[in-house]
Amino acid sequence: MKSILELLSKNGLVVALLTTGIMVMFAQFISKRVTGKRIPGAAIAILMGLVLAWIGGQITGGKSGIADVSLFSGFALLGGSMLRDFTIVSTAMGARFSEMRRAGIPGAIALALGIVLTFFAGAVLAWMAGYRDAESITTIGAGACTFIVGPVTGAAVGASSDVIAISIAAGVAKSILVTVGTAPVARWIGLNSPQTAMIYGGLAGTTSGVAAGLASTDPKLVPYGAITATFYTGLGCLLCPSILYIIVKWLVQ
Amino acid sequence: MMIVYGVALLAVCYLLGQSVGELLGQWLGIHANVGGVGFAMTLLILANQWLHKRRWLTSEMEQGILFWSNLYIPVIVAMSATQNVSAALTGGVLAVLAGVIPTALAISALPLLAKMARSTVNKTPEA
Repeated sequence: MKSILELLSKNGLVVALLTTGIMVMFAQFISKRVTGKRIPGAAIAILMGLVLAWIGGQITGGKSGIADVSLFSGFALLGGSMLRDFTIVSTAMGARFSEMRRAGIPGAIALALGIVLTFFAGAVLAWMAGYRDAESITTIGAGACTFIVGPVTGAAVGASSDVIAISIAAGVAKSILVTVGTAPVARWIGLNSPQTAMIYGGLAGTTSGVAAGLASTDPKLVPYGAITATFYTGLGCLLCPSILYIIVKWLVQ
Repeated sequence: MMIVYGVALLAVCYLLGQSVGELLGQWLGIHANVGGVGFAMTLLILANQWLHKRRWLTSEMEQGILFWSNLYIPVIVAMSATQNVSAALTGGVLAVLAGVIPTALAISALPLLAKMARSTVNKTPEA
């Protein structure tokens, strides 16, 4: 038994891959059977990850969640910044500039407005919650954009891990909201054409949320919303740790 | 063999983008990588289009990149599992509010932008 445990610890990355595989499978099952696909499997899996991180923190008292438990040390590599950024960059394969042009100026404005509006609304909430340093405020504002922009920004500006965790949780809350809320508000906000779907993708941003939300509104709209939503994360990763961070820094001083 | 060319293309875009982000950070005087991921994504989109036009991008090469893009959710799940959640729980209400209020605000701008989009579309045939 001891030698098996040693073997598993030595092959940490493989153990982490297996564990996340099981988690995603379980999350998909819950998504389908329990929530009737109303909450996407990805959002449930991420919440399960956060719960696992909490358990790890309770057991070890460390800062790296489940990765502090030696059996699950491979999570540090699988969930580390290198593979995270590498896989995020790879999703850009799904986007084309020529298709983006079809959304025209309103699509571009929606992207910029979606990021800036969301960021500052999140930043104001962070300030109201008592955060006064530019790094934390920026990271939480970025987390309000998506659960990817938050940690990427947090790592770039050097925010603390607990603030990064808040930013991820905010992004997850948003992803769930967009997934569940898109269909009910669609008629109310006039979300009924490819063009409005592209604007919606730009304003909302969270790719998994927009794709799942539009699927339950009108499956034909999914690719249009996803196109702009794909740009949202990239643009957010570009703007949040740079211009928006500088503005926040200037405002805080 | 072709699959590894796709992975290598992704790797070169990633490293170049991150380098640009690093240099931009230095240039701006921020001790941070500024938008490296965003630059890398832009590079990959441009490379993808450029290679696609010349028919140099085989589906096998694409598979090498798509494999990683399919891993993106599991990696994000693993990333969530390594966060300092215990410490973040004190900010639990903030997380939910920061997820909900800004989003509702942004989405409420849709009717206005849709109106603008319609007027641009209507103008185009006349122009």
